[in-house]
Formats: sequence, structure tokens, C-alpha cells
Amino acid sequence: MNDDMEETIRTVLTDNGRLPVAVETIGVADDLYQVGMSSHASISVMLGLEDAFDVEFPDRMLTREVFASIASIKAAVGELLAS
Amino acid sequence: MSTFLESLSAVADLAGEHAEDVDTHSRFPKEAVDALREARALSALVDGVPFEEVARGCEVLARACSATAMVFAMHQIQVSVLVQHRQEWPWVEDYLRDLSREQRLISSVTSEIGTGGDMGRSIAAVEPDGTFTKKAPTVSYGEYADDYLTTLRRTPDSEPSDQVTVLTLGSQTTATKVSDWDTLGMRGTCSPGFTITASFSMDQVLPVPFGQIMNETLVPVSHLLWAHVWMGIAGEAFERARKATRKSGASAGAVKTQRLSELHGDLVATRAQVAEALARWLNESSEPGRPALQTMSAVLRHNVLKTSVSQASARICMGALEVCGIAGYRNDSPYSVGRLLRDSLSASLMIANERLHEHNAALLMVVKET
Repeated sequence: MNDDMEETIRTVLTDNGRLPVAVETIGVADDLYQVGMSSHASISVMLGLEDAFDVEFPDRMLTREVFASIASIKAAVGELLAS
Repeated sequence: MSTFLESLSAVADLAGEHAEDVDTHSRFPKEAVDALREARALSALVDGVPFEEVARGCEVLARACSATAMVFAMHQIQVSVLVQHRQEWPWVEDYLRDLSREQRLISSVTSEIGTGGDMGRSIAAVEPDGTFTKKAPTVSYGEYADDYLTTLRRTPDSEPSDQVTVLTLGSQTTATKVSDWDTLGMRGTCSPGFTITASFSMDQVLPVPFGQIMNETLVPVSHLLWAHVWMGIAGEAFERARKATRKSGASAGAVKTQRLSELHGDLVATRAQVAEALARWLNESSEPGRPALQTMSAVLRHNVLKTSVSQASARICMGALEVCGIAGYRNDSPYSVGRLLRDSLSASLMIANERLHEHNAALLMVVKET
């Protein structure tokens, strides 16, 4: 499940992140803003993740920090799917 | 009234005496800024003056001279960033002491030629030898600043969005003016283009990513203090319209008096919006860890404050002109609103409203509590 989740997150990042590097080269803990994700692109990523996992991020989760790495996105999506 | 606001009120009187000359000659409001130094107002946020008084001070100054108020507001925005991050940034402690002692004026170098007005991206970078060269289309009061707070890419290999902030002293910085400042309004802010080069030590780099500073401090504080400036401009324009109507007496006519009353509604609604945003900021910025300020819904709220109040200010000034009629259109009448209207028109351009609306429209798709 976890690997599937990571695959889906990487697909969303490929489709919405407008990243200057290939998503498969990004480590789970790498800072997505440092690899070039703009704040505008991060909003598209949030929308893409909500659609892909059929979840809604509550406002308290819609922060720069939560979408800063694949690992932090995984934790947030995991929390929503578990609840 | 607090001691701080009493002294700012005296500065405002002085600023008002020079406002026409500052505007006509597009010159820096030196007398008023010197008076702000004399009143120790440049270090207000370092010396413990509450933020709400600094905000109110922006409005008080703007009633008299928009340029003085905007210089004051821009400087306080930079200081608030330094004060907010003093825990994580040992170098800044000594600097804040100097700022308080010497009343140093800080300018921001955030805009950059080639980024299309997007503050969230930089081209110039911190070079490994502790230097940078940045081409900025506008640097607020660039010639008159003591020190400069500049956004840059973290390293020459970093992506445009991977930014840091560097505070360089005037003695470490060369600001070469590359254009003139001959504008429709806000003429006294003297903010032409500059090429800024500096040589500094790496502990002058604020150790927090700019993206985080932007969301949690820079954007809310900018939009709150600017909103107070614009409210001051609109309040003064309204006051002139009110006085003109009163002077006309019965000859003012029902149309004009109704227009005045409508303008009043607009002004009161704007004041309420700014007061609500300020109260919420005071609350959220004092919470441990400031979780609310990190959310996208906070970004959305601070952006919409800017777009709304900037538009309201120009609308109220325009309405005041209509109420004052020819007396408002003249530059040599006590009811003149020309300068106020011209100054208010800058509001929608500094951080372009259309860019904010584009960003807000995207945020509205994902933020739940709108």
C-alpha cells in the first residue's frame, strides 16, 4: 500500500508539480521547494492529491510544510485515509 | 493616545507641511524621515511598541503625506522580519541594537528584472565568496536607505524558488541607480531601478527559507501596513469631500450629499475589514508556533485584504473627487484630491492585484473555509 501511495504521489507530482527535474530522481525526504516547486504549483499538487486519493485536506493541513516532501505528503495522506 | 502615536502625529504635521513639495519635485520626504528618526520611530518594533500602534501610525502619516507613510511602512515590514526571526538568527541581535541606536533605515530588494514581478523567484544568487549582484527594477527609497534586505537564490545552483534573504549594511553594499523615478503618484518614495552589489559574511543570511518568511511574516505584515496607509489616504480624501460638501451648504444638492454618504459606507466597510484582519493577525501571530499563519487559508485572507483595500482606496478617492467637483480637481484648493487619487492608484500595482487574484483563484479551489 505504502509503495502504491508513493507511486501515486510521484504521478501527481509529475502531472502537477511543474518540476525542473525528473520526479524519479527526487528522494522521499528531499525538499520539493528546493528542487524547484513554486508555491503556485504546490496548489495544483494539493488539488491533484485530493483527486487521486479521493480525500479532502482540512485547512490546518494545507501548509507549506505538509507539502514540502514526498515523505510529509505520505504522512498527511496516510492520516486522512486512516481516519 | 499613546506617547508613540502622539509623536507620530507631530511627525505627520511636519510631513503635511512638505507633502506638496515632495510630490511636485518627486523628492524624498527628508524632513519627515529625519523627524521619525528623532522620535525613535524607526526602531519602534525593536523597542517594544505594539504592532497595532505601528499600523495606526501608518494611517496617521498617510493622512498627511502618503510617501512618508509608505517609506515608514516599508521599513517596518523589513524590521518585522528581522524581529520575528531573531531567535534563529544570532547575527541580527547586534544589528537590531545598532538599528535602535542609529535609527537605520532598511530598504527591500525583492523585485528583480526577468522574474515577471514574481517575488517568489530569484535569478541573482548568493555566490560562494559571499557576494551578489542583483538588478532590481525598483528599490524603495534606494538612495536613502542605510541597509538593504535582499532576496536571492540560496546558491548559484539553486532553483529560482529556492530563496534566502540577506541583510547587508550600506558600507557593504553598492547601489547603482539605473533609472529615474518620475511617476504618477507616490512620487516621494523615490524608488527607481538599481543594480545592487554587496559583499558580506554568510551569517548575514537569514537561516529560514524565504518561502516561509513570506507566508508567515512578509505577506501579512506588508498587506496589513499597506492597508493602513491606503486607508489613511482614503480617509483624507473623504474628509476633504465632507468639508467641501459642508462649505457648499444647501447648494451641494441631493446627488452629491447622497454620494458622500455612499462613500462613507465604503470607508466604514474598509475600516472594518482592516480592523478585523489586524485583530486576527495579532491573535494568530502570538500563538506558539503560529500554526494558523502557515495555512493556505491565511495566505488567501491576507491576499484578499490587499486586493480589496487597494481597490477601495482608489474608489473612495475617485468618489471624493466627484463630490468635490472642480474644487477637488484643482491643485490649489483646500479640497484638492489630485495627489491623494494619484497616490492611491499605486495600491493595485505594488504586488499586482491581477497576480494576487490569479493566485487566490487557485487557492479557492483547495481552501475549505473561504
